[in-house]
Amino acid sequence: MRIYATAVFLFLYVPIGIIVLFSFNAGRHASELRGLSVQWYGKALSNPFVGDAFFTSLIVALSVAVLSSLLGTTAALALQRLKGKIRVLFDGLIYVSVMIPGIVIGIATLVALVTVFDFLNPILASFWPEGVKPPKLTMGYVSVIAAHTLFTMSLVIILVRARIAGMDRALIEASLDLYATPWRTFYQVTLPQIYPAILAGFLLSFTFSFDDFIISFFVAGANTTLPIYIFASIRRGITPEVNAIGTMVLAASLFLLMAAQFLLRARTKR
Amino acid sequence: MWFLVMLIFPLIVILVFSFGERAAYGGYAGGFTFEQYANLPTRLKAFQNTMVIAPLGTLLSLLVAYPLAYFLAVKVSRQYKLILLVLVIVPFWTSLLVRTYAWIFILGGKGIPFLLEWIGFEGVRLINTQGAVLVGIVYGYLPLMVFPIFVSLEKLDKSLLEASSDLGGSPVKTFLQITLPLSMPGIATGCMLVFILLMGEFLIPAFLGGGKVFFIGNALVDLFLQSRNWPFGAAVSVTLVAIMLITVSLYMRMMMGRKTGRDESLM
Repeated sequence: MRIYATAVFLFLYVPIGIIVLFSFNAGRHASELRGLSVQWYGKALSNPFVGDAFFTSLIVALSVAVLSSLLGTTAALALQRLKGKIRVLFDGLIYVSVMIPGIVIGIATLVALVTVFDFLNPILASFWPEGVKPPKLTMGYVSVIAAHTLFTMSLVIILVRARIAGMDRALIEASLDLYATPWRTFYQVTLPQIYPAILAGFLLSFTFSFDDFIISFFVAGANTTLPIYIFASIRRGITPEVNAIGTMVLAASLFLLMAAQFLLRARTKR
Repeated sequence: MWFLVMLIFPLIVILVFSFGERAAYGGYAGGFTFEQYANLPTRLKAFQNTMVIAPLGTLLSLLVAYPLAYFLAVKVSRQYKLILLVLVIVPFWTSLLVRTYAWIFILGGKGIPFLLEWIGFEGVRLINTQGAVLVGIVYGYLPLMVFPIFVSLEKLDKSLLEASSDLGGSPVKTFLQITLPLSMPGIATGCMLVFILLMGEFLIPAFLGGGKVFFIGNALVDLFLQSRNWPFGAAVSVTLVAIMLITVSLYMRMMMGRKTGRDESLM
């Protein structure tokens, strides 16, 4: 048993180790290790395409994280009050949106938004004066953010609701009995109790959005996120530079995951 | 409301698209025809691959994951349990893209085939085969399988196991009659999660199948982003979602049936 478990852990971590090891390759070919150096990190960091893609990913992931933690928390609080069939319906929808494969979300968003844009663009254009180029709605940041948020919001809802379920309702009642306004109760009683879950949801949403490839691939339009860039470079051929970028992406997600884990742990200790 | 807008509306649009015709420059022209569905057999290979490899991959993941989950839930002492479990889950939250890339490395020309050549086996080709795709699948989705099984095994009352062995049940019999049936919910959840995600998989076959082993997902990317044949792509995705819904509901019914069956036998 013990040997088997060790083998599975090796299976899980050796490939990651290999990526990291080869990113320090001094040679020019990805597959031959010739001494260690950090030159490929320098190359990756000074590559303008990598920089652009990184910032696109960063902006998208930040917006997704902010939006989904805001919307997710409010939705979780609102769902708490729903009863009966509507609640079952929403619960179902939440799980469906978590379980649906990314590719379906990607295609659905792409097709739906293009249809809506095709419908709206002529209308928008008709409002604009002659000769001035009317604004045109296209795929871009907004579509990626919307598609990612669909998934990550459900994640936040699930996390926050687990936290609310563990909360003592008597505290809220006590606060209301002591003449606190509902707002004040929310600020001073509810929020401090659920904020670790919200923060963990924020970090997980960020990680998901930052690492997601398939949804962005469909709806990003002309924008390139970091995973799309990595995908394209792997298609062109493998170089140590890809390993270096990959290692940095892995390190970033690991760091965020540890932060999220730490927050969720802090919650159980209290 | 957000859900209704983002989830239901796109699906309706796709449904409408799938009955339409292809416009001259790609995109969509209105109409109502079953032509797109009649064309489905041209992508038969993708459907076949998906319907064979997705269940196979799910089964393999289960076979690899179950002993690990069992080990973590039953054998490991409390203090290491959580750390080890987190170690299993963490890779799932890091980039699947980068992790699959690692296997191009390992299975590719200078990886394992190179080592094998060194020992004396020449001309072994691992990448771009069904086997490579399966390895990638097990590697990518193992955490998702381990977690639900771990949870259901963890909840299992250990005194039941003791009772069984006290009553003279051999370890194998105890496992088959107590542990396995009680961990069924975890197995069912894990299999369903992995299977659903595999049906829409794109990256793993794209990287490790090298154009030879492709899934419906790859056909969809091709149709929507390269050849821009949207109505046909829509027809393919409607079929994919339909297959998914049918298999999942059949599967759930089977699981439910098994559950009530057991309850009856208890009575």
